Amino acid sequence: MLEMRQVTKVYRNELVETHALRALDLQVREGEFVAVTGPSGSGKTTFLNIAGLLEDFTSGEYLLDGVNVGGIGDDARSRLRNQKIGFIFQAFNLIPDLNLFDNADVPLRYRGMAADERKRRIEEALARVGLASRMKHYPAELSGGQQQRAAIARALAGDPRLLLADEPTGNLDSYMAREVMELLENLNAQGTTIVMVTHDPELAARAQRNVHIVDGQISDLVREAALVSPAAAGGAVASHA
Amino acid sequence: MFGYYLQLALRSFRRNRVLTALMVLAIALGIGASMTTLTVYYILSGDPLPGQSQHLYEVQLDPQSLQGYEPGQEPAEQVTRYDAETLLAERRAPRQAMMSGGNVSVQPGKAGLAPFYAPARYTSADFFPMFHTRLLFGQGWSAADDAAHARVAVITKSLNDKLFGGANSVGKPVRLAGQEFRVAGVMGDWNPNPHFYDLNVRGFGGAEDVMVPFTTSRDLNMDRSGSMDCWGDSKGDGTAVGANCVWIQYWVELDDAAQASAYRRYLVNYSTQQHAAGRFQRPPNVRLRSVMQWLSYKQIVPGDVRLQVLLAFGFLLVCLVNTVGLLLAKFLRRSSEMGIRRALGASRRAIFLQCLVEAGMVGLVGGMLGLGLAALGLWGVRHQPTQYAPYVHLDLAMLALTFVLALLASLLAGVLPAWRAMQVTPAMQLKAQ
Repeated sequence: MLEMRQVTKVYRNELVETHALRALDLQVREGEFVAVTGPSGSGKTTFLNIAGLLEDFTSGEYLLDGVNVGGIGDDARSRLRNQKIGFIFQAFNLIPDLNLFDNADVPLRYRGMAADERKRRIEEALARVGLASRMKHYPAELSGGQQQRAAIARALAGDPRLLLADEPTGNLDSYMAREVMELLENLNAQGTTIVMVTHDPELAARAQRNVHIVDGQISDLVREAALVSPAAAGGAVASHA
Repeated sequence: MFGYYLQLALRSFRRNRVLTALMVLAIALGIGASMTTLTVYYILSGDPLPGQSQHLYEVQLDPQSLQGYEPGQEPAEQVTRYDAETLLAERRAPRQAMMSGGNVSVQPGKAGLAPFYAPARYTSADFFPMFHTRLLFGQGWSAADDAAHARVAVITKSLNDKLFGGANSVGKPVRLAGQEFRVAGVMGDWNPNPHFYDLNVRGFGGAEDVMVPFTTSRDLNMDRSGSMDCWGDSKGDGTAVGANCVWIQYWVELDDAAQASAYRRYLVNYSTQQHAAGRFQRPPNVRLRSVMQWLSYKQIVPGDVRLQVLLAFGFLLVCLVNTVGLLLAKFLRRSSEMGIRRALGASRRAIFLQCLVEAGMVGLVGGMLGLGLAALGLWGVRHQPTQYAPYVHLDLAMLALTFVLALLASLLAGVLPAWRAMQVTPAMQLKAQ
């Protein structure tokens, strides 16, 4: 589903060069639930942004669902993002002026989908996250957990092959965090590939596989474990049950 | 997607009513001011006879004395009666007409209607087909009527309404300048503006009420108006055939450039002959200007109107700069929304178009309001003491131009803010939430 080979990301200004990712290799197979962990500033979010085609990488190769995304134009990149990827953010990132229905409608609009198909998908997605009765509500009228579920519904409406989650429970209390995590696990069980960046070791432990990033690289410990057991790890990293 | 962008624009307007109102007002003020002055300019510089004006040429000769002569200067703007009658008799153009303006007394046969003066034009037979006068009843007179000094007249619809209650008056008698004339024709709505064929009488105001043969007007010594430049001894009658006075407008109709060139050569030859004969003291100096060249030469558009147009467009530019600032503020305030949209699949182009549609909507609403302001401005112009005031109206073309201008102006104003909005880096915006 996702394959990065020797991907580096360097931020430059007049004074300094910052290496956010250093020759990162990673493969995520279809249907996997991978947790990406690491200390602050290790490059987790940069990795997620590159994986989600929100940022360019400096060098290396990135194949998303078999498509080499290096050097493709903005239109093609946006189309890929729209059709294959769903995002869940720590801050939910719902558009405050749109109600839940219209928020979930955003990615479908850019797909040029017919109105009745969009309506069906949105209603299904909101029902799936338990917000069918709130579709005319605005984000500010919902709790944090409900907002995150709405964001998940927005991602689900597009029926993405890959769900990228950046600290999806970071702004939620433990009850709501559990609720959202269960939702993600259910989605994964139904076949959606999930890559989740998290600080929380407990949440990471619930993923099928963990990737630990330190200084822009997958840590040696994990890399070695992956070399020992590539089949079990899905290519590059250690796994957790 | 266009419908979606429209929805988003309307939603954005509702969300930022004050900011939107400010932008609409800025565009409306700029459009209102520009369209007011542009309409005045358009009316003043318009083609008075579309489709025909390019075939009509004003003739200028230089019959004046050597006194004050400077080589290269423009010849007189009118011709002498002798020259006009000679050129008319030689008929070297497919059509030609000599003319002068005046005023005639009209004695209505209708009870209760007092005699009055009406503006008149003394001309020759080709005037009617040359200038595409639209005749409601009857027709113009013939060259034979010119030669016979016939007592015939063509009157306007408004005079016909006044004298004959709008009925077909062809063949009926009408008393002009104390003499009985026969109505040969009634002109319909024929009001060429500017009054190109005789700018000495007036610049604007449409056709005269009464047309009579030039020959007849001289027989009856009808009152004439307009300018007259004389040199030497005119023996007290500047309108006499041999008088050294220019006071007649002479127009010819020529079908193409070849005919125009041939006619110009003819005028040069004519001038050379007159010079050789001692009538013309100056070397041959002729002009043959088409209607639009003539109007341009006569600077029918006053300088202050040109200046007003420039100032109004300068004002529109200032309004646009303000709108650019307001749009920038509006779009950049929504950077996080743009970032989310980008993350959810909007391309840079989609964001750019979304912003442009919003700017265009501001322009359309501003255009509508600007149209109202332009109408108000033109109402003000119509109440000014100028000849052209009554004719200053928004026509369909100017109406369309108002919206096109408003739309273009707002799109232009929207380009930079939209470009900035599409440059939003989604990763940074999403992280900054």
